[in-house]
Amino acid sequence: MEDHGSPLLRRLLDALPAAVSGTHAELGDATAIVRPEELVSVMRFLRDAPGLEFEMLSDATAVDYLGESPRFEVVYHLYSVTRNHRLRVKLRVGDEKPEVDSLIPVWPAANWLEREIWDMYGIRFRGHPDLRRLLLYEEFEGHPLRKDYPKEKRQPLVGPRN
Amino acid sequence: MTEEAQWLTERRPDTKADDLHGDLHTEHQILNMGPSHPASHGTVKFVIELDGETIVNIDTQVGYLHRGFEKECESGTWYQAIPYTDRLNYNSAILCNLGYCMAVEKLLEIETPERCQWQRVMAGELARIADHLTRTGAACLELAAMTPFLYGIEARELTWDLCEALCGARVTSNYVRIGGVKHEMPSSFPARCRENIAKIRGLLKDFDEVVTGNRIFVDRLRGTGIISKEACIQYGVTGPILRSVGVPLDLRKQQPYLTYDQIDFDVPVGSVGDNYDRYLVCVYEMHQSLRIVEQCLEALEKLGPGPVNVDDPRVRWPAKGRVFNRMEELIQQFKSVTEGPRVPAGEAYFAVESANGELGFYVVSDGSAVPWKVRCRPPSLINLQPLPLMVKGSLLADLIPTFDFVNMIGGECDR
Repeated sequence: MEDHGSPLLRRLLDALPAAVSGTHAELGDATAIVRPEELVSVMRFLRDAPGLEFEMLSDATAVDYLGESPRFEVVYHLYSVTRNHRLRVKLRVGDEKPEVDSLIPVWPAANWLEREIWDMYGIRFRGHPDLRRLLLYEEFEGHPLRKDYPKEKRQPLVGPRN
Repeated sequence: MTEEAQWLTERRPDTKADDLHGDLHTEHQILNMGPSHPASHGTVKFVIELDGETIVNIDTQVGYLHRGFEKECESGTWYQAIPYTDRLNYNSAILCNLGYCMAVEKLLEIETPERCQWQRVMAGELARIADHLTRTGAACLELAAMTPFLYGIEARELTWDLCEALCGARVTSNYVRIGGVKHEMPSSFPARCRENIAKIRGLLKDFDEVVTGNRIFVDRLRGTGIISKEACIQYGVTGPILRSVGVPLDLRKQQPYLTYDQIDFDVPVGSVGDNYDRYLVCVYEMHQSLRIVEQCLEALEKLGPGPVNVDDPRVRWPAKGRVFNRMEELIQQFKSVTEGPRVPAGEAYFAVESANGELGFYVVSDGSAVPWKVRCRPPSLINLQPLPLMVKGSLLADLIPTFDFVNMIGGECDR
């Protein structure tokens, strides 16, 4: 696999070649596409390996590529406070029963970010202790950032909870 | 039996000694606070489990200001998303404009002219001052001190006056454009800006004298809301909270963008990581931002007149005179207005140091004139997540200053 001149990708490819299914470094953003089943081990390696030290999960989000297969892409942005470098890690997940391993054991920051992805895209996270919706309410129907969710869709009125 | 109990039982024969010595029957109480509470500036609901006045557990429920920012962005042109970014953090709207526009510029591979970069830095720092003034001022208000809040708001008005002079709007500025800024600053701006900077310094001095050494203020802030450095990093906390625990992470220094590498400014860090450190970090940063604005004014004077927008037909409308007289420019103007710019397919992440921390935008384009995905990494949301670590075991009253200095802005947190 190509490292596109990025020492970060080179390190990852040398250590866990089987876990990575693609790389790119477009616009200077080093990116690794990993196999979903290897996500947690890749992230643990990125966090703990000397020289990489990604102590911070900056952001996690998803993108809906409706019409492609697998349909969803979950995108993580990592930052190393000690080394001052960034890496993007992505993985693909299909739309029949979208489920990804939770990263809470690696970074507790993943908790709310994963709840937001569940809320907006309907992707579940295996091992998440409290997978409630984050921004919307429990009675909300559907996952609004999916491309097949119409922007004008109305939601049923929800009465007061007792 | 103690002396007091003996004394009581003798005088009240119906009292059993056990009543005075046995464990009192207590139970934890659940308290709902918010989503709209007079002592919190931020629309958020806390479900607090209390043991007496001590917080045992707290569940933070966000989302009350969710208005579908990302979904809206996916249905307009790249330009039409800029006004929505104003409404993310409405205290420092220009910094939100800036983050979004620079992410799109990264995708377009555009380098903005130097004059534009200095003006962006200057406007951004004015917004940062407004944001910090709101945070510190409102914190005083919620700790029942009205006067410093008014000093802070008066100073914030001065920054908003300058914002109005720059772009015609006070709060929702819509100032930054893809490839530039709205327009050149007015010729009277530098003089007015220097005048206001002097006034803001005066107000900051007044604020400092009323608050920084004030016994009540110090007692409420010192030693409350403490969080460890490790927890901050694990939870992705950035901005003044991370600096208050002693990590000098500031993207303006670490990954300089615009002209920050040519500017002389200091990054303050705290040592304890309590609310008082956060307060001091914010005050110090305001003084640094004023220094930055002065340096920008000098640099702009030295630089002399020049374009503030990149000359790129993809994002910039052609000059009016040419539109009226030439066919190509007329077509280009028509297409720019009706369709908007087309952005090459790809993905980009760009982060700026906003007043609350790392404000990142992850944009994905499929090559069309409509964004495929605009993700905002909201520092407010991510900084709010470890709130239970800061307040568990402390008094309910300590939640107020801690939440103030987390400075959760509903518009940005809930999007």
